[in-house]
Amino acid sequence: MATIPIGTDRTVAAVRAARRGYRVLQNLPLIPLLILGALTAMAVLAPVVAPHSKLDPVKPTREQCLAKFNFPDCPYVDNAPPFWARGGTLDTPLGTDSLGRDVLSRLMHGARISLIVALTGTLFAGAIGTVLGVLAGYMGRWWDEIIMRITDAWLTLPSLVFAILLSSVREPGLWNVVLILALVFWSRYSRAVRGEVLTLRERDFVKLAEINGIGKPTIIRRHLIPNVMNTVMVLFSLQVGVAVIIEASLSFLGFGVPPPEPSWGLMMAQERESLMEGRWWLEVFPGICITMLVLSANMLGDWLRVRLDPQLRNR
Amino acid sequence: MKKYILVRALYSVVTLWLLVTLIFALVRLTGDPVAMKAEAGADPAYVAQLRHSWGLDQPLPRQYAGFVGRLLRGDFGHSFEKSLPVRDIYFERLPNSLKLGFAAFVISLALGVPFGMLSALKVNSVWDNAGKMIALLGLSMPGFFVGLVLIIVFGIELGWLPVLGKGSSTFVWSAPSTWATFWFSDWGHLVMPAFALGWYFSGAMLRITRSGMLDVLGSDYIKLVRLKGVPEAVVVAKHALKNSMIPVLTFAGLNLLIMVNVSIVIEVIFNWPGVGQLLYDALSNRDFPMVQGVVLMSGLLIVLLNFAIDVLYGCVDPRIRLSR
Repeated sequence: MATIPIGTDRTVAAVRAARRGYRVLQNLPLIPLLILGALTAMAVLAPVVAPHSKLDPVKPTREQCLAKFNFPDCPYVDNAPPFWARGGTLDTPLGTDSLGRDVLSRLMHGARISLIVALTGTLFAGAIGTVLGVLAGYMGRWWDEIIMRITDAWLTLPSLVFAILLSSVREPGLWNVVLILALVFWSRYSRAVRGEVLTLRERDFVKLAEINGIGKPTIIRRHLIPNVMNTVMVLFSLQVGVAVIIEASLSFLGFGVPPPEPSWGLMMAQERESLMEGRWWLEVFPGICITMLVLSANMLGDWLRVRLDPQLRNR
Repeated sequence: MKKYILVRALYSVVTLWLLVTLIFALVRLTGDPVAMKAEAGADPAYVAQLRHSWGLDQPLPRQYAGFVGRLLRGDFGHSFEKSLPVRDIYFERLPNSLKLGFAAFVISLALGVPFGMLSALKVNSVWDNAGKMIALLGLSMPGFFVGLVLIIVFGIELGWLPVLGKGSSTFVWSAPSTWATFWFSDWGHLVMPAFALGWYFSGAMLRITRSGMLDVLGSDYIKLVRLKGVPEAVVVAKHALKNSMIPVLTFAGLNLLIMVNVSIVIEVIFNWPGVGQLLYDALSNRDFPMVQGVVLMSGLLIVLLNFAIDVLYGCVDPRIRLSR
């Protein structure tokens, strides 16, 4: 009989754990997490999952060549529509572009570029901005004046104008876009972090640490940076969306990731002539991908903001 | 008040100086405009001549002094391609950008403010959720995607609106007769780019109106007005709306700044001959003095605008001018 109570205890505990897990799940923002998860999986697994190459045209079958060119042998079939339209095949489900490359495969590889550029760019920007913001807020006086004046001056230039200025003096390239994003966006962090540190500085635990003779670098590392992480994370998730749009805009204008790499913005820019001839899908699919990525990043950011700041619950 | 304006002006000058210095330093530290203009393997004599004509062969302090000195005299450099002063080209294009910007601004207000009020008045209702979704979509769909979708639907499939250009009316600074006709003609060309540009801001407007309205509706004086038995419609229209517009108007100033930002892509898509397209063309032609000049002009206008907003605030709200 002694085993039964243990067993019921176990089941009760299991049920409780399940309930707790369910509650956590319920509170998680499922839609953005699902979209982000799917896009990340697509990006990571692109070389394995993508049905065709990202740079080379798809080798067409005899029937496709006959249907398109009335000739049994052709190097590629360009501008094939998506599979549900007339003339589309399941082999290239979202059609092919004007050079006969598979749109779906290029979109998958494009997810890679967008995520790498946006995440690393925002990460670098966040690191620079956080350190400078903490320094300005905690060291005060001249540090504060100098860093914040530079931040203000930096903030006055619109980010895309700034990015274009930087790309006018540098060769285009993927890591160049990352550098541009880091250089453009750090000021957003330093402003917010400095405000946070100004109030943290007056809190008892920081005062006590100072009284105990702990050095400034240690206070910054142990007490200030961990406490501003909430703000930084919220800003980070909101900035990722902006970074994706800036990358797409730069690539769309032709100053971002250079061709033939399949950046989503670049894909849209290259097919603007197709648009005039009614091949809308070449524009709309990359656009939807960008929107989905930014939308889910923004939703996650909003959720984080509300979670981490109860004052904002009803905003 | 005098002291406040003086302090603000001083801050603006410092910001402007920092901005100029930043642009000067960044352009020279992060890359080389000459290497961008001259392809690899270009004639060294040509490269040297280019470097000389852009003043990049002098020692840095002298370059800097010359740069700031010319700016103080109102010389923003000469376009390499068109051999005209950057300032003249910029002001020739500016009215087009302003027309687009104002139209987009009106659209964003017309979409954002009513929906924002509606969702603030009916928190957590269907309207509120719809408003939240619209705001999110507005912030998440890049302007160029909205623009392209509009072109597909209204320009190509339906054929209702012209796709490219701004129409035939132009703004000429020296001919006052064109000033009014410019603003009130060719609206067909304006609709799509203005909507694509305003779309993003309507989402932001909606959010700001909603939170401002919620703040005001929860305040004591609104409670008092309600206690007096004033009808709800009057409470909203007369007492709440006016005060909840303050953050919206603050945002309006910032808006113009961001509109310059987003409008580059919109102007390129719709072939709208504004400042954004000027920057794009300059960068495509690798016309470095032009890019630098346009960026400097934009920075100058933004700092001036911020200064004007600060002064206006000081006039409106005594708390602000006494705090500094």
